[in-house]
Amino acid sequence: MSERTDQPENPFGVTTGQRTALTNLAGPGIYAEDVHLIELLRTGNEAAFESLVDCHSVALLRLAKVFVTTQALAEEVVQETWMAVLVGLSRFEGRSSLKTWIFRILTNHAKTRAQREGRSIPFSSLPNVDTDINEPAVDPDRFLPADHQWSGHWISFPLDWREMPEERLLSQETRACIDRAIEALLPGQREVIILRDIEGWTADETCSLLGISAVNQRVLLHRARSKVRGALEKYFEKA
Amino acid sequence: MASADSLSCQEVVELVTEYLENTLISEMHERFEQHIADCPGCTNYVRQVRLTIDMLHQLAQEPAFPGTKQELLQFFRNWKKGSGFC
Repeated sequence: MSERTDQPENPFGVTTGQRTALTNLAGPGIYAEDVHLIELLRTGNEAAFESLVDCHSVALLRLAKVFVTTQALAEEVVQETWMAVLVGLSRFEGRSSLKTWIFRILTNHAKTRAQREGRSIPFSSLPNVDTDINEPAVDPDRFLPADHQWSGHWISFPLDWREMPEERLLSQETRACIDRAIEALLPGQREVIILRDIEGWTADETCSLLGISAVNQRVLLHRARSKVRGALEKYFEKA
Repeated sequence: MASADSLSCQEVVELVTEYLENTLISEMHERFEQHIADCPGCTNYVRQVRLTIDMLHQLAQEPAFPGTKQELLQFFRNWKKGSGFC
């Protein structure tokens, strides 16, 4: 059974954002940075809702695709998420930040959809499961063997990518290579690298949303980054 | 020459995430930086990882969210009508 719950207990110790000590309309537990926005939403300010949708929908869609197979389904999940946000807003108590709450609604909806689709729940929903726990970051053949004086040192150095033309680093093809590498990751690794490196979430925010430990988060991030770097290295070498 | 307690490159590549996350204990952090200072291969490796992170972050706003926003805004207006604001 997963240890995740819809509303992880998060009463005081959470590191994302500061809670406001002021009494406010949004409610005493709401994170300071969310207070104004929640008040606007609860009073029906459409521009505030629209900017929230613009701010998070791309990330929500990316995360939904970890769970469901098609773009169309992922879009539906995002749509459902926003509707559920509005319906649930009056009950939102601020046990997590608004952002984390919205993304948790998304992952719950996406998992439900995935189950209905007949897909099994990704590994990531079970804490501390990483099936390739011993997989090295870099192919062991890149290093000198154990009987060598310089055992464990590079046979040939990785290249300095700064010497590549910038167009190359930023090309559509390079982006496509990164996308393919991410799609090939295990679901838990995908979730973590999307949140941390693509969306720029903090480690604490990521752990809070996914209900995983700091160590587990770091292991997943390490595997994910190592694989994406490795895919880029192969791709740059080829051309 | 590698001394007994110096890290190998193979160890460095497994520590790079903890190094970048700043979660290595200080003694290990120092050993990591000492290795990097002497090793052009690992210097490049850490640079590659940093560049990978930069490139990943550039994906953040693509692709644009498709055109279902109008539906959502309509839902918002209906929700607003139906929910009796404070």
